[in-house]
Amino acid sequence: MTRDLQFDASGGLTHLLTLEGLSRQTILEILDTAESFIAVGEREIKKVPLLRGKTVVNLFFEPSTRTRTTFEIAAKRLSADVINLAVAASSTSKGETLLDTVRNLEAMRTDLFVVRHAESGAAHLIAQHTPPHVHIINAGDGRHAHPTQGLLDVFTIRRHKGAFENLKVALIGDILHSRVARSDIHALTTLGVQELRVIAPKTLLPTAVEKLGVRPYTDMRAGLADVDVIMMLRIQRERMQGAHIPSEQEYFRVYGLTPDKLECAKPDAIVLHPGPMNRGLEIDSAVADGPRSVILPQVTYGIAVRMAVMAMILGGREDTPGRRA
Amino acid sequence: MRTDVDIEAALGRMAEGLGVFSARNPLMIGIHTGGVWVAERLRRLLGLQEALGSLDISFYRDDFTRVGVNPEVKASNLPVNVDNRHLILVDDVLHTGRTIRAALNEIFDYGRPASVTLAVLIERDGRELPIEAQVVGAHMRLARHQHVKLLGPEPLSLAMQEVSAREDGA
Repeated sequence: MTRDLQFDASGGLTHLLTLEGLSRQTILEILDTAESFIAVGEREIKKVPLLRGKTVVNLFFEPSTRTRTTFEIAAKRLSADVINLAVAASSTSKGETLLDTVRNLEAMRTDLFVVRHAESGAAHLIAQHTPPHVHIINAGDGRHAHPTQGLLDVFTIRRHKGAFENLKVALIGDILHSRVARSDIHALTTLGVQELRVIAPKTLLPTAVEKLGVRPYTDMRAGLADVDVIMMLRIQRERMQGAHIPSEQEYFRVYGLTPDKLECAKPDAIVLHPGPMNRGLEIDSAVADGPRSVILPQVTYGIAVRMAVMAMILGGREDTPGRRA
Repeated sequence: MRTDVDIEAALGRMAEGLGVFSARNPLMIGIHTGGVWVAERLRRLLGLQEALGSLDISFYRDDFTRVGVNPEVKASNLPVNVDNRHLILVDDVLHTGRTIRAALNEIFDYGRPASVTLAVLIERDGRELPIEAQVVGAHMRLARHQHVKLLGPEPLSLAMQEVSAREDGA
């Protein structure tokens, strides 16, 4: 269902809801396009006229400053007009449904919605109910997916480590609740890394996680042995109501990425984190701010990756006369 | 199909025509892909020391909403600040003028040059914008459905293509 929904009749990307169903070729095409947008961000005038006249609505039903900001900057660097809506604070509290909110914005001639929602499947539901000229990018839905984060993570890995097939990658932390983990796993298995491990206490690992094509470890040092890439996940305090971890101190002692645990990985291993970081819970400041960290470059790359996705989704759609010359 | 244009002679004419600009310490910029090849040859013929600039105008095309983004787009590379510099913008074929329009827009996103001189290997008919080259290697008169394309980089050669009238919206 989702697969059909993401592509138009000629096979072009029309929504980005999940990385499931995206071919290796499509993912590489997005990464290549993002590469060319990096240069735009390094210029004095960081703007190209590709999406001039397009309207992008950042529709955030769940707060997120960084993701919203990077989508906003990406759209503005493409010359689109951007409106930010934090909906939790407005209409839904008056009883308006998700689809009513979207239909109202559609009537204002929105071309692209960037949707963040606490419910899994929210972006998918909107995509099912919008006309073909309206496009959706999922900016995180519940525990389901965060496809642009997955793409920027693999973009970061490719930039710093090169070919995927030679890499051992470890994903560490709250695998159970993490949409970032799910998108990262889809991207990395599709791109064909040599080995993908997940490291977490049993309570934070989904049952039968091996079916996703990963090797689970509960011993962090064993899991880190010989890896090239360490991807930390945020421990989501707001999703920690149950007894998933004994205490924050105990979690940090066993699963926090400290300089001495980092020693178990390859000497040139890089460290990623999708942010916002809980320093002293899943990651030690000495690692987060250390030489192996690519956490801030991830933020920079995130803009180029989101520009690429927006340009691919909104470009090449009008059947107007005119020729390339 | 071949053309009867002598590329080496055309490059020689361009270098001659550009000679008067040499005194202004020009910065040469080629448009991807053919324009970069031509610019590199001219740079050597004129003995310019400075590295070449290159532009990929994909992000400035006026038909983006129809054709979409090209994943093979190369990053534009202007090695030095263009502010107050005399630029020589080089392309392989001047046809509709739309590529040059896009290139000028992109250049002005990098800065404010003192002047821009347009030099093209082939000037053909079919202009849709009020844009003309100051320096031309060779002129060609072609029918609407005929296209000329530069192949390279070594050796440079010209190929003629026939496009069906339906595809050709120009």
